[in-house]
Amino acid sequence: MIGIEHYLVVSSILFVMGVLGIFLNRKNVIIILMAVELILLAVNINLVAFSAFLGDLTGQIFAMFVLTVAASEAAIGLAILVIYFRGRGTIAVDDVNRMKG
Amino acid sequence: MIQVLSFYIFAALLIASAAMVIFARNPVHSVLWLIVAFFNAAGLMVLIGAEFIAMLLVIVYVGAVAVLFLFVVMMLDIDFAELRAGFVKNVPLGLMLAVVLVAELVLGIGAYRAGAVKLGTPDGAAPVNEVPNIEAIGNLLYSKYIFLFESAGLILLVAMVGAIVLTHRKSYSAKAQNISSQTMRRPQDATRNVNQPVGQGVEL
Repeated sequence: MIGIEHYLVVSSILFVMGVLGIFLNRKNVIIILMAVELILLAVNINLVAFSAFLGDLTGQIFAMFVLTVAASEAAIGLAILVIYFRGRGTIAVDDVNRMKG
Repeated sequence: MIQVLSFYIFAALLIASAAMVIFARNPVHSVLWLIVAFFNAAGLMVLIGAEFIAMLLVIVYVGAVAVLFLFVVMMLDIDFAELRAGFVKNVPLGLMLAVVLVAELVLGIGAYRAGAVKLGTPDGAAPVNEVPNIEAIGNLLYSKYIFLFESAGLILLVAMVGAIVLTHRKSYSAKAQNISSQTMRRPQDATRNVNQPVGQGVEL
């Protein structure tokens, strides 16, 4: 029978995979943004699983708000990427050194 | 039984497609695998009776965010000739994915008919679940969480305005009104009185 621990295992694997994607990727920023989306998806699965587990709908409401924030983050991130690409002609992670950080 | 089976299929495909998102060499493929991952996550959420969030995932992510990603991916220097040449090579993979998605649909509908999975509650009592999921969420969202809901709308508005301001380019071919020069225009600068004698042409 499926219990909450199954869902927690799936979401933690997904979370770790998102973090791995951020560190592994050295080519372009878009994959990193997708990895962030995976992390937020893992969070959403956690929220919904606990909401079903506790019989309390608050988790699902908050999953919806996480979804809102994720969507606006993707929109702003991709807009920044577009203007960065216009100025530099590349979005490779290794070339991001304009601010000499 | 069908619920357990569909849980494992959804979970395995979710994790496999998440791995493909971060390991795929081609960013276009990454976005397509991300779409598969979100479909499977929606399936997982349908299984435990969160239909509203599942539909939201499909509509918001697959419908909007993934398309946004696809548009931006097009800016990268991808060898599209190579992408097209791989069409025949990709047919088996595409067909396999289509078959898997159909099988998931059938399984998912079967599991949904069999009722939502009860994850159990901490004190062992069954959760009270007499109103449908969407109705219950609507009741909560428009009463207890109304301010949060409205601020979520505000966040989306700010994101929209921000994205437009960031990426908007002034187009020199576009005709626009210059309001200040229109209102600063005075009659004595723009017109002149001519005392014109009768019978002669007007010289402009």
